[in-house]
Amino acid sequence: MANSSVVNRRDFLKSGAAGGMALVIGFHLSSRAFADQAQDQEKKVANPFDAWVRVTPDNNVTLILGKSEMGQGIMTALPMILAEELCLDWKRVKIEQAPTNPKIYDHGTGGSGSVAGSWLPLRRAGAAAREMLVSAAASRWNVSPDTCKAQDGGILHGARKNFLTYGELVSDAAKLPVPDFNTVPLKNANDFSIVGHDTRRFEGRDKATGAAIFGLDSRVPGMLYAVIARCPVFGGKVKSFDAAKTKAMPGVRDVFTIDPVGQGAFTAGGVAVLADNSWAAIQGRKALQITWDEGPAASESSASLRQQFLDNAAKPGKVVRNDGDAGAAFADAAKKIEAIYEFPFAPHATMEPMNCTVHMRPDGAEAWVPTQAPQWAQEVIAKTANLPPEKVIVHTTLMGGGFGRRYQADFVMEAAQVAKVSGKPVMVFWTREDDMQHGFYRPASYHHFSGALDAKGNLAAWKHFQTSTSIEAMWNPKGEESPEKSEFATAAFIPYQTPNYRVEYTLAKSSVPRAWWRSVEHSTSGFVVESFVDELAAVAGADPLEFRLRLIGEDRKIPDFTNPKENKPLDTARLKGVLRLAAEKAGWSKPLPKGVSRGIAGYYSFESYTAAVVEVSVKDGAAKVQRIVYAVDCGRPINPEGVRAQVESAAIYGLSATLHDAITIKGGRVEQSNFHDYQMPRINETPKTEVHVVMSKEEPTGIGEPGLPVVAPAMCNAIFAATGKRIRRLPVRAEDLA
Amino acid sequence: MAISFTLNGKAQSVDVSPDMPLLWVLRDTLNMTGTKFGCGMALCGACTVHINGEATRSCITPVSSVAGKKITTIEGLSADGSHPVQQAWMEEDVPQCGYCQSGQIMSAVALLSKKPNPTDTDIDEAMSGNICRCGTYQRIRKAIHRAASMQVGKAKSAA
Repeated sequence: MANSSVVNRRDFLKSGAAGGMALVIGFHLSSRAFADQAQDQEKKVANPFDAWVRVTPDNNVTLILGKSEMGQGIMTALPMILAEELCLDWKRVKIEQAPTNPKIYDHGTGGSGSVAGSWLPLRRAGAAAREMLVSAAASRWNVSPDTCKAQDGGILHGARKNFLTYGELVSDAAKLPVPDFNTVPLKNANDFSIVGHDTRRFEGRDKATGAAIFGLDSRVPGMLYAVIARCPVFGGKVKSFDAAKTKAMPGVRDVFTIDPVGQGAFTAGGVAVLADNSWAAIQGRKALQITWDEGPAASESSASLRQQFLDNAAKPGKVVRNDGDAGAAFADAAKKIEAIYEFPFAPHATMEPMNCTVHMRPDGAEAWVPTQAPQWAQEVIAKTANLPPEKVIVHTTLMGGGFGRRYQADFVMEAAQVAKVSGKPVMVFWTREDDMQHGFYRPASYHHFSGALDAKGNLAAWKHFQTSTSIEAMWNPKGEESPEKSEFATAAFIPYQTPNYRVEYTLAKSSVPRAWWRSVEHSTSGFVVESFVDELAAVAGADPLEFRLRLIGEDRKIPDFTNPKENKPLDTARLKGVLRLAAEKAGWSKPLPKGVSRGIAGYYSFESYTAAVVEVSVKDGAAKVQRIVYAVDCGRPINPEGVRAQVESAAIYGLSATLHDAITIKGGRVEQSNFHDYQMPRINETPKTEVHVVMSKEEPTGIGEPGLPVVAPAMCNAIFAATGKRIRRLPVRAEDLA
Repeated sequence: MAISFTLNGKAQSVDVSPDMPLLWVLRDTLNMTGTKFGCGMALCGACTVHINGEATRSCITPVSSVAGKKITTIEGLSADGSHPVQQAWMEEDVPQCGYCQSGQIMSAVALLSKKPNPTDTDIDEAMSGNICRCGTYQRIRKAIHRAASMQVGKAKSAA
């Protein structure tokens, strides 16, 4: 059995990324980690009328959102849960972002964990408020609460004439004792009229009229706009600079250096240029004369990293998992194959560049931050200002994309540093070039697979060697002791049965910052597992769907090898369910038009199950995706329309990494700078995408990310079906199709 | 020196550096933040506005070049979100993060003014300058078709 446990993220979550600044955050964006926060959330039982729902005497109901909206639809999904238990008329509901207060809310938004982690706490909060309103009405009428019923934002007793709105009851209700959250009666799911029903995005109107306020739209009287010149080489520093030209430019107000901040914040430091407007700041930065101390990373390149991968792969790695005896099985195998898969760094490339506005005063601070981690932003600003956190008001704004990038606090740290020196309200904003060249990238990795089939076509052995620029090695001060923790996920507990299963890992060192990119390690693990099983199917001469179903075998629960203490196993019945559903909806067994081929992939991530059938045409050295058919099982869908939207989005994000995404390094710096040399999919590359959502009654699980891991392998498996060529390195290159 | 133009139907005058791009004049000088900054190089379309009816990337348009011209921004499409393209955007639930959508909508309005009933190919050609990192392209296509049929409906009922 296992020689070492791959992951114990919970322990890390509890201890936090303790570094020089003691920046304690939820380290890994796994849904479980965030569900841990939800358990903490349940402990923070506040009066729901203080924390979650505000009812005014004129009967306006405002629901409070404790998570951050970055496009994933949480501003709609979570209030739907509250509104359901509160028996509200959804059309009349108002929604407001919660103030940053970690004593009441667990704000951290990531790991596709917000719905999974909030489902029960919000149901209980909504139900508690409802019961308090019922009690208040029953007292008013002097009747038994059992004879009263919540309906359409009021309490009804008997005929409609005995109806009191929540507005009429709230002043009494809010003073009542809060019911025990563990025993408060929850609505019967059969009575749901909001949860499970297609609902349009709450803030959709504002986003169609330009009224939506993102971080970059924050406007504070007297504010300055600032950009920072950072050393283009990771880890480099300012040696000297001359700002005379910059200071002479119209609109420029100040120029000064800020220090880099290490573990946790990971900022580059540099020279800040503050100006009356964004343009003047950008122009002022261009005029700076800076000499950099490029530091030891200046010799790093994608080529040197690849050499490191090759050197690592020539030697055995740390044994992560070892079931049976893979070596002996390969010696006896009827058929065996090997394959090497490679991935470059990938950037988040949110459409709204990083930014943060901070006003620091002696007695307190106020900040406007597009962040997935408002509590961390608050802590960073508080520490920089030498203020207690409760003296720092953090307004969480809408975000022009997050994808994990906005879980970092580097841009907050920079703004706090600049605001502290300036004393004025300052927005530090990034240009696209800053974003492309100073991000936290999805790790680059290299995977060597070996697989064996016995005479009956069963999987006799599966061996996966991986070397990568681990996220854990960067974020956990002791991460180099167990860098594999962040790099495998489901690749360390594949659903395909084999008696001989070996996983090895070797850390590749790099100065390029890494972090959680949409679907994190699943983006690469999904590709390698679902590509290699397809390669084995081809060797076996089997249909790729039938082969998968046969190797998955009977209905069973596979423990999460990466998180063994959690009772959240992979349910093979649900995985087979989505594979079959996607195949059926795509017409897997039916012939395709001439020139079109199809591939399939199925995968488990964030406790959800996704499968995709991708149809591809390959012509003149280019592969074009024609159609994607998804089946997804994320437990009970809160907003099925929102689920479809997230999966459509993950498809394009995943295609981005398949068709175009590549960040390359030369001279210790990123070679790409903007959307001309870093391409993303555009509308003319967009296939027809169908998403079939399983209307499950299981507990809801993640959906912001699980659509992503299957799209690349399904697409490349379709390319194989079309051309006989296996795509083993991403992005797809023309020469790999010829 | 003051530069004058018509902004969303009203006379507007600004006293800024003449080489300052229109994008920053709108956002920072006039605090009209509906028009977005995405790349600064006319590569992503987030900053799209109409100048004399033409979809234009405001991030590379010096404000001096718009003197005397008519500019429409997302805020000027309608006072209440009632423009058919905005309505279609809401009905198809297009936006996700929403950051690129002002630019998408301005490009779509410009397309429909030239081609009231565009094909998918027309849409791809007109809209491929606008990047959406959330990948809402499929819904953008649907919404443009919906807006086209709404506009046709409107024209018929007006006739």
